[in-house]
Amino acid sequence: MNVFAGRIDFIRQAQVAARLGAVLPRAAVLHRSEDTRPYECDGLSAYRQLPMVVALPADEAQVQAVLRICHELQVPVVARGAGTGLSGGALPMGDGVLLSLAKMKKILAVDPVARIARVQPGVRNAAISEAAAPYGLYYAPDPSSQIACTIGGNVAENSGGVHCVKYGLTVHNVMRVRGLTAAGDLVEFGSEAPDAPGYDLLALAIGSEGMLAVTTEVSVRLIPKPETACCIMASFDDVEKAGNAVADVIGAGIIPAGLEMMDRPATHAVEQFVHAGYDLEAAALLLCESDGTPEEVREEVARMSEVLRASGATGIRVSQNETERLKFWAGRKAAFPAVGRISPDYYCMDGTIPRRRLGEILHFIAAMEIKYGLRCPNVFHAGDGNLHPLILFDANKPDELARTEAFAGEVLEKCVEVGGTITGEHGVGIEKINQMCTQFAPAELALFRGVKTAFDPEGLLNPGKNIPTLHRCAEYGRMHLKGGTAAAQQPHAGLPRF
Amino acid sequence: MDAVLEQWSQVVRSATEGRRPLRIRGSGSKDFYGNATAGELLDTRGHAGIVDYESSELVVTARAGTPLAELESALAQKGQMLAFEPPHFGASATVGGMLAAGLSGPRRQSAGPLRDFVLGMQLMDGRGDILNFGGRVMKNVAGYDVSRLLAGSLGTLGLILEASLKTLPLPVMEATLRFELPEDRAVETLNRWGGQPLPVSASAWHGDELHVRLSGAAAAVTAALGRLGGEQLSADRARPFWSGLREQRHPFFQNSMPLWRLAVPSTAPPRVFEVLPGSRLLEWGGGLRWIATHADARVVRDVAAKAGGHATLFRAADKSCGSFHPLPPEMMMLHRRLKATFDPQGIFNPGRLYPDL
Ligand SMILES: Cc1cc2nc3c(=O)[nH]c(=O)nc-3n(C[C@H](O)[C@H](O)[C@H](O)COP(=O)(O)OP(=O)(O)OC[C@H]3O[C@@H](n4cnc5c(N)ncnc54)[C@H](O)[C@@H]3O)c2cc1C
Repeated sequence: MNVFAGRIDFIRQAQVAARLGAVLPRAAVLHRSEDTRPYECDGLSAYRQLPMVVALPADEAQVQAVLRICHELQVPVVARGAGTGLSGGALPMGDGVLLSLAKMKKILAVDPVARIARVQPGVRNAAISEAAAPYGLYYAPDPSSQIACTIGGNVAENSGGVHCVKYGLTVHNVMRVRGLTAAGDLVEFGSEAPDAPGYDLLALAIGSEGMLAVTTEVSVRLIPKPETACCIMASFDDVEKAGNAVADVIGAGIIPAGLEMMDRPATHAVEQFVHAGYDLEAAALLLCESDGTPEEVREEVARMSEVLRASGATGIRVSQNETERLKFWAGRKAAFPAVGRISPDYYCMDGTIPRRRLGEILHFIAAMEIKYGLRCPNVFHAGDGNLHPLILFDANKPDELARTEAFAGEVLEKCVEVGGTITGEHGVGIEKINQMCTQFAPAELALFRGVKTAFDPEGLLNPGKNIPTLHRCAEYGRMHLKGGTAAAQQPHAGLPRF
Repeated sequence: MDAVLEQWSQVVRSATEGRRPLRIRGSGSKDFYGNATAGELLDTRGHAGIVDYESSELVVTARAGTPLAELESALAQKGQMLAFEPPHFGASATVGGMLAAGLSGPRRQSAGPLRDFVLGMQLMDGRGDILNFGGRVMKNVAGYDVSRLLAGSLGTLGLILEASLKTLPLPVMEATLRFELPEDRAVETLNRWGGQPLPVSASAWHGDELHVRLSGAAAAVTAALGRLGGEQLSADRARPFWSGLREQRHPFFQNSMPLWRLAVPSTAPPRVFEVLPGSRLLEWGGGLRWIATHADARVVRDVAAKAGGHATLFRAADKSCGSFHPLPPEMMMLHRRLKATFDPQGIFNPGRLYPDL
């Protein structure tokens, strides 16, 4: 566990809390450790730090007031949605204000004709689709955490879900973000029209991990719910064959509504937990979904089944009704909690690779399991080449965390080497900040810092996350590695990774 | 480093040292777009070619100087396409120009704009350094999304050298329907259909005629044809209609009046544009309104802003009012700071987007 020893300066704390108390209701400013404890970590609980002060604004004007005060006092600010992030993006600072947007959870408008929902940042992802459902519409990106995570967090991380292979990520489904800069200036990126004048700052803001502006309002695109959907569960006796089948489906000109993969250790963990009816003999399972009109789905399911068989599927089951389809997905969506039940701790990775390298990466991970003596079930957004290997460990056993860290680091660097990236959807946060030095050259990192400075010259919003300093990269001692041309020079052991 | 890139890097470095502007240009097919810019010519066509194309990955990587027609024909050979259906505006349009202009064609309505398909870019900044952002994979959230920022930046942030783009399979079936109906009913109808699971991939209304294109699986297109009614166009009439629309060869565009492009919420009622004398053509399910009018620029921009959108002076002999919708001061400040980060001495296409960028 990385408990940050950021000690809190109580005089400063009293000063900041008093100033914030003048613009927010009493109950909306927390500073006693028993009150701030729930905010000490996000979904990456290996990192913890108590914030100096927690502020809970209820509207945009209050957010602005908080930011203006923090700007004046030069106090760093970390925004937080539901705290489900998996890269420590919402990890507080001992000398900073943790700005929770959780109270701002109003759905401001649903326009069924224009197919747009306008919501506050603390609205849960699933709540948007619930509000749109009476009109036959929904918000497409569906992270597995969708019942908890907020749209503000989704925008900050450019979150994806199991249906993104066809419907896109957050960046493809958000039309407009309204927010406040660190100085408290109101800014608006994108619009409810097809585009906005000037540079595409909306694209820049999405996935910026709360470092450029605090999101106070979001307009999302709603799309019509497909008339029907159907899911194929295909079994394979070899993980590499399953990996190749993914490329074959896409290569055949089919864009499935979802294309997910789980290996045997993952299906076994899940089956005990949700009884999804998974084939436990299979070395790997593919879930392959089709949606659309009934005729379209029938046609596509037939084509997909044919490709999967030709790619060596040993068994194919097609969901016969909506209950069965949801059961297939329930297993996949519960993969993380299920793994949480079979191991005291697990560590989730998020690399993305070109699809055709899936088989190769799976073999690499299997070799790492032996090298580090740790188990690693795999679940993938296979259609997008986005891996979520889950390393099982016990933090109470000496050196298991260190071995996990080294294992994860090797896998992420392998992802970069085969032409991929260290993070597909969970973000860099604090967790992968060192691997940024592997993926980007110094000039590229310098440009990122320039972008940050353009929005936040004093570096007050979420400092220390996402973009490493050159100094940090030098300390980390990793060489920039591009497309496998240069190799990592340093041995892996003993380097901090979390 | 590639010899051409080596040479460009020197050109850029010396331009930055001497604060001499460069005018980045491919074939010049989009010279008309945006504001005029001056400077020494940097012709991107010396850096051309498809670098990598793996159709099963749905990714193509091409250099900026690659002719767009060459790229599209390579994709078509594998049954794929650039789903945003980019306008060429000239036979030799390049990939770099397409990216810098950031324009999308009729299929944008269903597939999304150009920037949605940008996966990664290589660019040269104002220091002559070559930088890579994004990559060749579908999902990538490492660092800020600089490659999508470059799309539509009109060459003012950097010299785009190479890009990786997401491709999609060509639709199995397409069909075009024609309806006769007035503009307000067209807007209402298109928005209603937009809320239903229909395979509408493009739409255009002009002169009381609405054309709608359906694309997708044969079953879906056939079912929609049965449901929507209207008159079906034969393929040899439909194809030139949509390409003519994309390339602005449609009779509406054969007009000597200034041509405005208004991007507005799709539901904006036609009556709000009636204060602008002239003719109109509507695309993208109502999100795009082309207006040929002599109305004063301030009036056009006011109308667009009130409708919740913005107005671009797309084609005109006189663009002294500025091609692009003015930005609020906080937003302009962000633009200036970003420009200074990429291009500290302001050498790339100065003024092409906004006078002080
Ligand atoms: C079980 C589980 C399953 C998951 N499945 C997926 C998945 O399938 N796909 C996926 O992409 N992710 C997944 N995640 C990760 C996580 O849910 C997403 O990253 C989500 O978007 C985070 O939302 P949040 O509201 O919890 O944000 P937080 O964790 O509170 O914050 C995340 C980041 O956003 C910033 N932030 C939050 N709100 C704002 C705001 N209003 N303005 C500015 N910055 C803000 C924070 O500073 C931080 O950097 C999963 C997590 C868990 C625990």
